[in-house]
Amino acid sequence: MKMIPLRFAVPLLLFVTLVVFLGVGLHRDPRLVPSPLIGKPAPQFSLGTLATPDTLMQRNDLLGHPFLLNVWASWCVQCREEHPLLLDISRAAQVPLIGINYHDELAAGRQWLTERGDPYRLTLFDPQGKLGLDLGVYGVPETFLVDADGVIRYKHIGPLTADVLTQEVMPLLASLERDKK
Amino acid sequence: MTLAGRLVVGVLLTLSWPLLASDVPATFSTPELATRYEALLGELRCMVCQNQTLKDSHAELAQDLRDEVRRLLEHGDNDTQIRDYLVARYGDFVLYNPPLKSSTWLLWLGPFVLLMIAIAVVVKLSRRRAPPAPPLDEDERARLAQALANSNEAS
Repeated sequence: MKMIPLRFAVPLLLFVTLVVFLGVGLHRDPRLVPSPLIGKPAPQFSLGTLATPDTLMQRNDLLGHPFLLNVWASWCVQCREEHPLLLDISRAAQVPLIGINYHDELAAGRQWLTERGDPYRLTLFDPQGKLGLDLGVYGVPETFLVDADGVIRYKHIGPLTADVLTQEVMPLLASLERDKK
Repeated sequence: MTLAGRLVVGVLLTLSWPLLASDVPATFSTPELATRYEALLGELRCMVCQNQTLKDSHAELAQDLRDEVRRLLEHGDNDTQIRDYLVARYGDFVLYNPPLKSSTWLLWLGPFVLLMIAIAVVVKLSRRRAPPAPPLDEDERARLAQALANSNEAS
């Protein structure tokens, strides 16, 4: 085979590299920024729940087994998309769901759960977004997998899908269960 | 209302849009804190509208983060502590100036590497001289002398 002369090969190589980089960049969601919280303990908080806003709960009240922490709000459009899947998770009792009602109003949050069904074991009421800020939330809905010791193992930004659940969350959960034994 | 009148109202309404922003101007106990606040907001990214700084953004999250920065400033934290506080929650992406570390050295040094390559190529090309022209033969030298003589007479 005849060699391509260097003065053609070099620009061609540069061009192909550029196209590959741009092509990959085109298919990546710029919203998905890796969270620095993975592997770190979940933040402390002291918040009421939607059911009992006056009784404060702390981080330690939630620990003891792995759970999913799902950040939602009644104004969040994509949360609508996600909600049926959360109900499925709750029905299948695969993993306990803890909700965080983020930057919302008590009445609106409660109404959401009454109308659409309540998949959560409990929903923390975070109207100021304080816990959301400590969790680095910026695109509701967001979902965290927290292990029995309260360490954040995984974060998903945007609505959970069945694929994400079966391919990412459940295997990680299974490995957490294995480690415990 | 006439069409022109409606247009004027429409344009005025459009221009007044920024007034809708609910941002309460931050007040500080000392002017020095206010200066640092402005400077910090200019170098922190709003994670919702990723090409805006916290200073420019009207997103609700940006307002939350501005309040947090103000609270930390009044609390007595220095600028590094405040940056670290936000990076611990949102990652390096929250900074408009990414830190120099192993995962970002290409980002920082890449342009200089490219510049070096470009300079090397230019130097190499400029050294590649054209081969010297062959000496003139008898006939050419005579024509050159003739031409020079003609041009001297003309001037």
